[in-house]
Order: sequence, then C-alpha cells, then structure tokens
Amino acid sequence: MRDFSYLRASSAEEARNAALQAGTALLAGGTTLLDLAKCGVTEPETVVDITHLAGLGEIAVDATGATIGALARMGDVADHKDIRSAFPAVSESLSLAASAQLRNMATIGGNLLQRTRCPYFRDPGTFPACNKRNPGSGCSAIGGVTRNHAVLGTSETCIATYPGDLAVALVAFDAVVDLGDRKVAIDEFFLTPGNTPDRETVLERGEMITSISIPVSSAAKNSTYLKVRDRQSYEFAAASAAVGIELEEDGKTVCDIRIALGGVATKPWRAHAVERALVGKLLDAETIEKASRLAMEGAVSHGGNQYKIDLAPRVVARAILTMAQTMGALA
Amino acid sequence: MTRTIHLSLDINGRQHELDVEPRVTLLDALREHLALTGTKKGCDQGQCGACTCHVDGKRVLSCLTLAAQVEGRQITTIEGLATENGDLHPVQAAFIEQDAFQCGYCTPGQIMSAVACIREGHAGSDAEIREYMSGNLCRCGAYNSIVAAVREAAHATANGATVKEKAEVA
Repeated sequence: MRDFSYLRASSAEEARNAALQAGTALLAGGTTLLDLAKCGVTEPETVVDITHLAGLGEIAVDATGATIGALARMGDVADHKDIRSAFPAVSESLSLAASAQLRNMATIGGNLLQRTRCPYFRDPGTFPACNKRNPGSGCSAIGGVTRNHAVLGTSETCIATYPGDLAVALVAFDAVVDLGDRKVAIDEFFLTPGNTPDRETVLERGEMITSISIPVSSAAKNSTYLKVRDRQSYEFAAASAAVGIELEEDGKTVCDIRIALGGVATKPWRAHAVERALVGKLLDAETIEKASRLAMEGAVSHGGNQYKIDLAPRVVARAILTMAQTMGALA
Repeated sequence: MTRTIHLSLDINGRQHELDVEPRVTLLDALREHLALTGTKKGCDQGQCGACTCHVDGKRVLSCLTLAAQVEGRQITTIEGLATENGDLHPVQAAFIEQDAFQCGYCTPGQIMSAVACIREGHAGSDAEIREYMSGNLCRCGAYNSIVAAVREAAHATANGATVKEKAEVA
C-alpha cells in the first residue's frame, strides 16, 4: 500500500472540502478503501478519516420511515429492533452480508459505495486492461472467466457485478440517498456502466452521503431477502432477491409488490416487469414462476455466467412463494 | 522522505506511544511496532479473520483498520484476555479443553471472535455459532472442535462459572 497523508476530519464540512481535492479519499469503515489500496487499485494521496464525526451514525424510525446515518455500522442497522420490524428485507440483507467483524466496521454509506469483486478489476498487476480502473484500456473479463459477472445492465466496456446486498433491498423499497445539499432516489444513485464504467454513482467530487431514508410501506413491512451463494455464509450472492408484498383487503390479491435483484447485474436491479405481471393477481406457484422469468428480460450471457440466467428467476420465485406462504396468500 | 504521525493507543488497558507512517494498519502497529505478535497476519485483506481484535468491545479486522483511526478507542488483543496472574479466559480454556486447533495460526483470531460472538448472544446453537464465526477461516479444518469450544464457553459463561471450575465440578 502506497503511503498517504492522514487527516482526521473534525466536521462534515471539513471532510467535504478536503474531498474536493483530486486524490483524496474519505475513510469510514475502511473495508473497501484499505482493501483496494492494498490491491493497488486505488492510490489515494490523502485519506480523510470521517469516523470521528459525531451525529452521522444515528438510526431513527418513526411512522413515516427510517433515517439511517451514513456512519451507522452494518451490524447495528441489521440488529436494530425497529428496522427488523418495519423493513425485514433490509435487516436480512445486512445480516447475510460479509462477516460479523466486517459488519462491525463497514458503514451504511460505505456499503452502498463498495466496489465490484471482479477479479480482473482487483488485480491491476496481472490485468492492466480494465475500463473501470483505467478508462479506455479494455475489459479483461469479457472473454475471460465470467462465472461471477453480470448478465443484466452490462455494456461492451464492462460486465462487472455490483456486489452489495443492502442496496438491493433499498432499491426495492424506494430509499433516498441524502448527500447533504441534494437528495437522490436510490435507483438513480447507481449508474449502469455504458461507456463510462469508471463512473458508478452520481456522487460528484466533494460530495458525501450523510444519510439514507426509507419510506414506511406495507410491502417493506412484509418483505424478505433471499441470498443464494456458493457457500452458506460469508460469500457474495450468486443471485439474490429482495421481495415485499402488499395485499388487497381480501388478503389474497396483490396490491403492490416490490422485487429487486442482486448478484446478477451491474447495479442493484429493480425487476419492474415481474412486479407489473403480478399486481392484481392471485399468487399461485405457476403465476409466480411465469412472472419471475421476466426478471431476465434483456439478460446477456458471457458463458461462465449463463447459470445466473437460470438461477435468478428461481431465486425470485422462491422469495415470492416464501412471502406469499408467510402471509397466507398462496393460492 | 517518510512522513510519520504520532499516535497514542490504548491497548489492553495500557497507553502506548508510537510514531508510524499514516498507512500503518492496527495489525502492523501491534506486530511490528509494539511487539504484540499474538494477533496474526493471515491474508492481510480482510478475508480470513486471523487478525481479529476488539475495538471498544466489538470485534473488527485489524488488517483493514488504520492505527490512526483507533486513537482514543479501547483496543483489546489476545494478549489482553487472560488475567494478570495468568488465569485463562473461559474461551481460551475451552479451546484447549476441546483441542480446537491444529497448527494454531488462526487461533488468536478465532478466540477473539468467539469472545465477541458469545457476548453478542450469537452462540445459542451450533448453526448460529457457525454463522457468526464464519469470518474466521481455519485451513486445518478444526471447525467441529472450534464450534464445540465456543458452545462450551458460552455455556460456562451463561452459568457464571469459568470452564476450569466446571471441569473441576465434573
């Protein structure tokens, strides 16, 4: 890891001002920044430590929604009683992610900004070509080993998967990212690679996530996060789904359903087509399975990741079935 | 020219003064600057758990923590678990009792993680222990004995007795 200068920010203002300088990185939990600095993927000249700032780690839940400070730790949010009760999928997405140690370190703001696990991106010594790391240099993953690469939202310049779980649940329930001077809907916060895979979010230099808010909804209250992976624990998703359901007064007909996918796309992926196919419907296994297949509309295989196109709809279907069963609405 | 910063770290209840480059991790500060080599460097990338320490009572990975970040926090390492007179912590005793290691390299991290796992209330069943200890890898594959040790120590802690006392009763 290249050396850098260290600044301990005493206010959010000081941190933002420092971050206006090129080569400056904000340090929160450190689990992405220090990891990538050791890999040689990022070489900051100045690291601004924001972990000593007060007031940015609060978790507040009321009748309208939850506000989670950017410096709240993953583990604290996962275990928060009111988050678990009003947003089960959010809590589950966090407790199924990483390890207990990493969840004690990583912050909510940093979690959203975690970088892809694409092995070509993470290894600049062996693979100089990476459009995300070095725009215009090419993509080593295309034509390489693609088992963990994305099938949705890809471009000819990049097929790297967005690795996170939390953001998938947040996209399903229309969370909003607060950047201090502006608020951005979470679905618009993340960008697909297009021709600029180096640009992953709308965050501008000098901006910092201050909090995330999630509106209360019946679908968020009746939600679950299903994560399928190569190992039972401490592994990124092969495919995952956040699902939330609101039923009509008859307790059977779908009034509102939210579905988002992880592990298969270049950004947290809202499955609007599946949602549209199920609103107004009764939930029986055949209807669920048929609708779930729409999650892969536009999917592109690169060979090694073909299995995700088969797997992801099954994960979606299983998550919907589980929720329907829990709610007593399975026809 | 190397820039260094002065840090004052609270480790195992003692204040330590050191001058380090800003990039020095807590792990390297412990091992290379303070001769506290009980904390092990495995992958050095946050994947294996060998470097697990406690910061303000919570288990974290010292390889992905800057030493500068934890100034003003209370750090506990494996060296800080036993009492002054050498009595082992119940989790240390349980690891010996259950032979929960082979080469021993992951053991300090396993023990620091297990102490926190029990304190968090996440040692209620073998499945829960396996889930909440999944951030600590053991290349020798001593997992069954590790789970047994955590289970035994959790039981002893719940009963308010040390493992040693329990063994004597038995």
